[in-house]
Amino acid sequence: MSSETANGAGASLSADLPVGWVSRIKRLSPTLALAWTVVLIVLLWAVFPSAFTSYSGTEGVPGTQLRAPSEEHVLGTDGLGRDLYARIVYGARHSLTGAFVAVSVGLLLGTLLGLIAGARSGWLDAAIMRLVDSLLAVPSLLLSLSIIVILGFGTVNVAIAVGAVSIARFARLARSEVVRVRRSDYVEAAFGSGGTFWAVLYRHVLPNSLTSVIALAALQFGSAILAISTLGFLGYGAPPPTPEWGLLIAEGRNYLSRAWWLTAAPGLVVVLVVLSADRISKAIGRTEP
Amino acid sequence: MSTTPLLEVDDLAISYRTNDRDQRVVHGVSFKVMPGEVVALVGESGSGKTTTAQAVLGLLAGNGKVDGGVIRLNGTDISRWSQKRLDGIRGAVVSLIPQDPGSSLNPVRTIGSQLAEVMQIHKRGDRRTIQKRVIELLERVGLTPAEMRAQQYPHELSGGMRQRVLIAIAVALNPALIVADEPTSALDVTVQRRILDLIDELRRENGTAVLLVTHDLGVAADRADRLVVLQGGRIQEQGAVKEVLAAPSSAYTRRLLSDAPSLGKPRPVRILTDNQDFAIDVEGLSHDFPLTGGEAKTFRALDGVSFKVRRGSTHAIVGESGSGKTTAVRSVVGFLKPTAGRILVDGVDLTTLKGEPLRRFRKHIQLVYQNPYGSLDPRQTIARIVEEPLLNFEPIPAADRARKVRDMLNRVGLSESFLDRPPRALSGGQRQRVAIARALVLDPRVLVLDEAVSALDVTVQAQILALLDELQKTLGLTYLFVSHDLAVVRQISDTVSVMHKGRQVDGGPIETVFGRPDSAYTRELIDAIPGRSMPAAAALASEPALHARLTP
Repeated sequence: MSSETANGAGASLSADLPVGWVSRIKRLSPTLALAWTVVLIVLLWAVFPSAFTSYSGTEGVPGTQLRAPSEEHVLGTDGLGRDLYARIVYGARHSLTGAFVAVSVGLLLGTLLGLIAGARSGWLDAAIMRLVDSLLAVPSLLLSLSIIVILGFGTVNVAIAVGAVSIARFARLARSEVVRVRRSDYVEAAFGSGGTFWAVLYRHVLPNSLTSVIALAALQFGSAILAISTLGFLGYGAPPPTPEWGLLIAEGRNYLSRAWWLTAAPGLVVVLVVLSADRISKAIGRTEP
Repeated sequence: MSTTPLLEVDDLAISYRTNDRDQRVVHGVSFKVMPGEVVALVGESGSGKTTTAQAVLGLLAGNGKVDGGVIRLNGTDISRWSQKRLDGIRGAVVSLIPQDPGSSLNPVRTIGSQLAEVMQIHKRGDRRTIQKRVIELLERVGLTPAEMRAQQYPHELSGGMRQRVLIAIAVALNPALIVADEPTSALDVTVQRRILDLIDELRRENGTAVLLVTHDLGVAADRADRLVVLQGGRIQEQGAVKEVLAAPSSAYTRRLLSDAPSLGKPRPVRILTDNQDFAIDVEGLSHDFPLTGGEAKTFRALDGVSFKVRRGSTHAIVGESGSGKTTAVRSVVGFLKPTAGRILVDGVDLTTLKGEPLRRFRKHIQLVYQNPYGSLDPRQTIARIVEEPLLNFEPIPAADRARKVRDMLNRVGLSESFLDRPPRALSGGQRQRVAIARALVLDPRVLVLDEAVSALDVTVQAQILALLDELQKTLGLTYLFVSHDLAVVRQISDTVSVMHKGRQVDGGPIETVFGRPDSAYTRELIDAIPGRSMPAAAALASEPALHARLTP
């Protein structure tokens, strides 16, 4: 008995040793590192925009309209003489806040619905899931537009509308994970040792079903930015002087033949952030508990 | 017998690549298989026995590679052959009987077409001849009526029948060597015996050699001519079965032999006087499961089962899969409401409890699961796992809780360094110790062990059984021990119920049931236990000794 214990202790100790930050960073794949870098830069833009540019995000300088990219204006200026790079940097705050609110709405409400449906099977499960199914049946853009029409325009309302669309996806995923975890022996063992329904839900079911839900949240973060930009482009988002990314693309569209970079630059930023979110989401989904 | 070996493995070394590191798992293994011979590769999990067998077939996992040594088949080295070249001999010269009959057949094709496939691949005759041979083979492995069986899908067959199909596929082309990788580990003991008999028969008919991979020393002892004992990827010893078992030269083999449960090692009879009360009293327990499809159609999983367990003793429930033993146990711990019957635990009728009183009562009866990999939450540390039951009842100060957890871990033989580890850093045996610690931390009176040692290697199994015995002595626990392994049951229990198709066919003190079984089924179960040719089992044959124990 003692020999097994001693051997086991030695073996797993030596296996534990190399796991640290240094080796973890060494094993990080280059694409994942790039994705984190992109997200980090965009986050810094949102928090300290003035550290990245000396220009204003909303005020134009007369006489400097539609300049091509140069040393003075890295990405050129728009039709009102505003520096495009500055507008993208200041716009990060609006786009990221929107995406964050959208994902939070979807994550919280969706996971809660999924958790209740999965944990309490029976008629409640059936009712919630049929509701979710009908949400999924409506095209997402149409659903967002209808919600905006009800709530009114504005950054936060757009975010809520985008988030509401993702509730269904979160709920479905959370439910399937909860049902899987609920069938495991350790959950039954927890009930067997006298655990109450809520205690077991909180201690075992929630932590073990969250991994893939969080991976979906990272993925949704990318799609939310895209959806908010789409709505901004269509004119349902923040009102004009706001440097929101979708709005930048929409405004640049008017000068597509003369100044293509006005559309291309913010478009590229959106694509990069969405791809990065997707890459990070994949990495989270792959981690084993 | 000819002098050239059919299979010659010489100084074979295999490693697996994980996380950019090569880990050597087989170190310089050498052995021979002569034509028509049965050679058993015996070892515990992680000993490299399956890896060695896979290498012989060229079926190593994607990250495995042969580092050195040769595998000669009829004198030709095949260890460096391409997969394409190996295809020509796999099935025809060497074939495989895989471990898990549940997942080794294609679920969407009939077994007839899967059996025909191996002959089509090797172009043995036109469709009509192949079809005839399919029917012939199915009849030969005892799947009748063969015409009907050929049209069936895998899900329509039982585990034993599926294994027969896999055997038919393996012998279809009369190969010179069959590699059987744990061919019966997933099967019940009576089915296991019939399958092994079938392999034996087919082997004798065709003069096929068999490389039998098994963790069960009993199976190896009964079926093999020669034994190769592996540990940690190295050969500990090899030789003729009788010689190795009679006079093992390595310490490891001796330990394996002494740890292997067998009928020859009953526990000493304890004097259980009549004035001791019963901890568990089950009366007329029946359970019906509703069947989907028909209205009010039910399946009777348990039918009038009754048994009594004295305080401080061990009662075993034995039976094959589908016998209802799991249903019985789940009712006893209160996870299922029986259709009829009474379950008294410490005089309280469990069947009348529900809701909060049932939750409170769970404190007194705890369950240890079969699979220690599934019964511990992967996200908690060992300390959290063992502490959790304490949080469910009267609040205890954190310091007292931590002390209780430490005491309990010491008691099950784990040091304090385990407290902060996650379950994945522990071996199967260590996990099962944690599961036992979690069950005991509430000071229950009854511990229910559902196949609690079945998933463990024999040496670890022996350690856990010893621990359970010691805990019973010091804490005065009552055990309800569920198992399909009669040898283990014989070793640790005082009384036993034998279950078959939901009914209790035999019951009473262990000596009576095992020595003079009432039912034909119990006799069949006892006869099917492998390991008759092991030295310890030979000792059992001396009947007087058994009777001497019966009369205290």
